[in-house]
Amino acid sequence: MNEHVTALPEATQSAPEAPRRRSLWGEKLASIALGAGFPIVLVLLWHYAVAITGTRLIPSPRQVAVMMYDFSFGGIYDDAFSATILTHIWKSMTRVYGGFFLAAIVGIPLGLMIGRLKVLRQMLDPTINVLRPIPVTAWLPLSMIFFGLGPNAAIFLVFLGAFYPILLNTTFGVRSVDPRLFEAAAMLGCSGSAMFRQIVFPAALPSIFNGLRIAHGFAWILIVVGEMTGVPTGLGSVIMDGRTLSRTDLVVTGMIVIGAMGFVTDRIIVMISNRVLSWSPQHHA
Amino acid sequence: MPDLKRPPLIIRGVTKRFSVGDDEIEALTRVDTTIEAGQFVCLIGASGCGKSTLLRIVAGFDEPTTGEVISQGKPITGPGSDRGMVFQDYALFPWMTVRDNIVFGPRQRRPPKAEIDDIAAEFLKLVGLERFADRYPSQLSGGMKQRVAIARVLANNASTLLMDEPFGALDALTREQLQHELQQIWSRTGVTVIFVTHSVEEAVLLADRVLVMSAGPGRIANDITIDLPRPRDVSSPEFNAVRRDVARRLTSHLAPRAIEPAAH
Repeated sequence: MNEHVTALPEATQSAPEAPRRRSLWGEKLASIALGAGFPIVLVLLWHYAVAITGTRLIPSPRQVAVMMYDFSFGGIYDDAFSATILTHIWKSMTRVYGGFFLAAIVGIPLGLMIGRLKVLRQMLDPTINVLRPIPVTAWLPLSMIFFGLGPNAAIFLVFLGAFYPILLNTTFGVRSVDPRLFEAAAMLGCSGSAMFRQIVFPAALPSIFNGLRIAHGFAWILIVVGEMTGVPTGLGSVIMDGRTLSRTDLVVTGMIVIGAMGFVTDRIIVMISNRVLSWSPQHHA
Repeated sequence: MPDLKRPPLIIRGVTKRFSVGDDEIEALTRVDTTIEAGQFVCLIGASGCGKSTLLRIVAGFDEPTTGEVISQGKPITGPGSDRGMVFQDYALFPWMTVRDNIVFGPRQRRPPKAEIDDIAAEFLKLVGLERFADRYPSQLSGGMKQRVAIARVLANNASTLLMDEPFGALDALTREQLQHELQQIWSRTGVTVIFVTHSVEEAVLLADRVLVMSAGPGRIANDITIDLPRPRDVSSPEFNAVRRDVARRLTSHLAPRAIEPAAH
């Protein structure tokens, strides 16, 4: 009997094949060319639009490129912004990730509990849904009163913006877990906090990562608002300064740096999520 | 093969009522039966006869409205590791490998790692999935997933295997294969099996005893002992005689409903 059981696999195990890693270089290159080609067209349009209209209000791509060079390495204008890019990026990142991680640390456990405990859901759901539609910018005056002028107000605003997507996606993730998984875990002797750690959290993880990704995007979006609170450094404050000084080349430079940072860090999150969620075939973004 | 030395599973006066809006539906009414340890029992009946409800009550997922279920000499109060459910849709933990799914139950007791490894090896071998130990459930076929689900319950030392139409979602060949394997696992391990099915043939092939349930309200209408020697040959005249008998009893409970439209 024993031999029979162990002999079975050959005949019956026609498992679906593991995902094939065929790297189609041609297709990949074409996709990169298309993705990079479009912004080049946009820049050309921008260049000609500025040249034809002769506007002085909008900088040309060349002016922005020069500003970007000076902002990165200095040696052209040699003003307060020359060669300061890393300082501003670093300051902004401390606020973006300060707010983002705070939102994750509060939002994920709270979302897990709200998803699982009916009483908590009944207690908190209405409040959350009233607070959620309030724009983060509306919190600006109050946050400056709470936290004063400075980075803490910025972190608070980023936190507010990142918190709701994390909370809602985590709650949704828990609510949409197949209830049989909880039954299966219970019958195998898992309960209480072990259930949260071993079942609720991993089962909700795909949703949690969706929330983190959306929240991370919001965190970068909110950095400009956050740094309107009177902080001297940071990409948002560079844009606000550019506005005050009517230096649109500086404004656009700041915008591009924020966009690039958001893009690169988003790719990192996607990479982490693909790695952590390798068990789930649906979650390869 | 019933083992009278171990305590039986006793279902005593179990009734289950659900309220649907203002109505109350009686899903089960006074179900009484005793299942000897090591017995292979099939529950068969039309949809809505309460067979899955009964299984869920035995598992401890649902509470009976009245009555009780006694397992290992004690009334059950909820899900317990003495009774393991094998679901039709597997309910494997998708973020765990085959090995981690199988040792999930034993791991809850935090034994030394060597013991976990032994259990994993033993039950991977039992269901013939050694080569797939590191795969995730999404990388397995339906039949393999159901083998993992069975191993997961047995690895946790369950003495009763509750199976809710476990092979219903599988193709005919895989189903036959798994029926065969389940019989071997059952005779090797001596577990009690309560197996819900729609198929008369499956019930007669597998069971020591077939409980035919009827609906409205759900109850056990017939308790049929299947004496055919094992392994059973589905094409033999003896097998077919038993199958006809069970099918006849099953349809006799459906008859009043089936004839109704013709009466008008």
